[in-house]
Amino acid sequence: MSRDMMPHFELIQPSDMDNAFEVLERYGEGAWKLAGGQDSYDWFKDRVKRPQAVVDLNGIEELKGIRETPEGVEIGALTTLAEIAESDLITGSFSLLAQAASRVASPQIRNVGTIGGNVCQDARCWYYRAGMDCYRAGGNTCYADTPEGMNREHCIYGADRCVAVSPSDTAPVLVALDASMVIRNSARERIVAAQDFFIGPDVNIERMTVLEPGEILTAIRIPSTWAGSTFYFEKVADRNVWDFPLVNIAAAIKMSGNTIEDIRIACAGVECVPRRLTVVEDVVRGSSRDEETADLAASSAARGAIPLNFNHFKIPLLENLVRRAIRDS
Amino acid sequence: MNEGNSMTDLTTMMVSEAMVSKQTSVCGLAPPNMSRREFIKGVIASGAVASAGVFMLAGCSDNSSSGNVAVPATGNFERMITLNINGRDRVVDVLPNETLAMTLRYKLGLTGTKLGCDRGECGACTININDVQQYSCSTLTHTARGRAITTVEGLQGVNGELHTIQQAFIDELGPQCGFCTPGQIMSTVSLLKSNPDPTREEARMALSGNLCRCGAYDHYLNSVMRAAGEV
Repeated sequence: MSRDMMPHFELIQPSDMDNAFEVLERYGEGAWKLAGGQDSYDWFKDRVKRPQAVVDLNGIEELKGIRETPEGVEIGALTTLAEIAESDLITGSFSLLAQAASRVASPQIRNVGTIGGNVCQDARCWYYRAGMDCYRAGGNTCYADTPEGMNREHCIYGADRCVAVSPSDTAPVLVALDASMVIRNSARERIVAAQDFFIGPDVNIERMTVLEPGEILTAIRIPSTWAGSTFYFEKVADRNVWDFPLVNIAAAIKMSGNTIEDIRIACAGVECVPRRLTVVEDVVRGSSRDEETADLAASSAARGAIPLNFNHFKIPLLENLVRRAIRDS
Repeated sequence: MNEGNSMTDLTTMMVSEAMVSKQTSVCGLAPPNMSRREFIKGVIASGAVASAGVFMLAGCSDNSSSGNVAVPATGNFERMITLNINGRDRVVDVLPNETLAMTLRYKLGLTGTKLGCDRGECGACTININDVQQYSCSTLTHTARGRAITTVEGLQGVNGELHTIQQAFIDELGPQCGFCTPGQIMSTVSLLKSNPDPTREEARMALSGNLCRCGAYDHYLNSVMRAAGEV
């Protein structure tokens, strides 16, 4: 059992943001921001990441809770996925997010796992996570994109040396709902649209988000733009609990009679970032919601996809999920 | 279950005794009526506390000897902390990188909580913190300070009688090999606390974070539904 004990680190539990920033500044690259820890602990146990100091943000009250604002809803980054799934505010206006949150991992993980952690989690590629010296880890090889590489779970879009995907269930929802991310460092606060928060390997191969080492994602704001729309969320994974999505889909649709007035549709599991399917949006906007529109949407969903050896199945999977989102929402 | 009760008490006693006297060995001190199992558990508990887990947790690379001990940035970082476990305050020496499963099993002798995968993927280590089900293998012990921790040992009545939920699990032949059972039971306890009258589907969801390699899921669900009717 000692094999699985985490290597030593300093545990620091700040109680307010100023303290947290001070600590992050002091340790620089050696600091690890800890939210729910459900992903962090695996990194530590595997000894792939060995931070000098772990900064546990759970003692900072202002990072928690779901608040109604004049513009919509603000969710503290350290709000647990279980709280989001059960919140009246979220299930009432943005049930899409509640659905996605309730499909993450397992009940025990949702009870401690946070939405901030869920959107900030690192790339899901077993070569990378096993500590191999791939591009993302600073090396000069991709082990997944090789003739024998196990790349069934990897991307069909946006490969640039790295072929890992965004593994989050909530991220595509935040993109679909036009959410914005509130990011703070010791000096300033900046607001980044959810769509721009996630970055691919072409922008920075060592990070999944725009979050800098000294910065903390403090909250996620969801505008009321899409409140109460017609929603559709579906996650396809190898098993129903624990597993990350092979592909998931999140759609928000504004209907007028049987006409699709406006739509936002995004998915994860196909690219390093949550992918907004703008082509599908353009194809169905203004059309009536029927089988024909759904078929048209499906056939346009996976255009431009470049599958790897073992993930061709993601193309029909994505197409079918889009078809269902349009037809069954 | 009388045995179980005395076992817990004994462990507690030996832990606190070790805390006070800092004795490093209890070999040869076993009372004549103690079973082998009780004795070994006592040694584990007191020995681990007295030696700060050095021999049980050899791989945890505590760097305190090199002067690199956790330095408080803000507030007080103390290794000697008080945990509220099963309604009692227990003082224990905890490393910053120690998981609650490790503390419970190897420092406090509460081996009812099992370690399966140690990765938050099997559910054997499920415990309740403030009545919410969590994986103790994926919880840093220091983050559980000041919160009410309940393990499967905490369910028994004052005289060691089984909790209604435990009895229901026996009556419905829930466990097969039994390794995942404490976790399944703790998930059920948490479920019935928040939802005393669950549907079978709700119960299925609540226990979905607990694997059973014997595949006794249906028996477990029968157990939960029986327990729900009786709690």
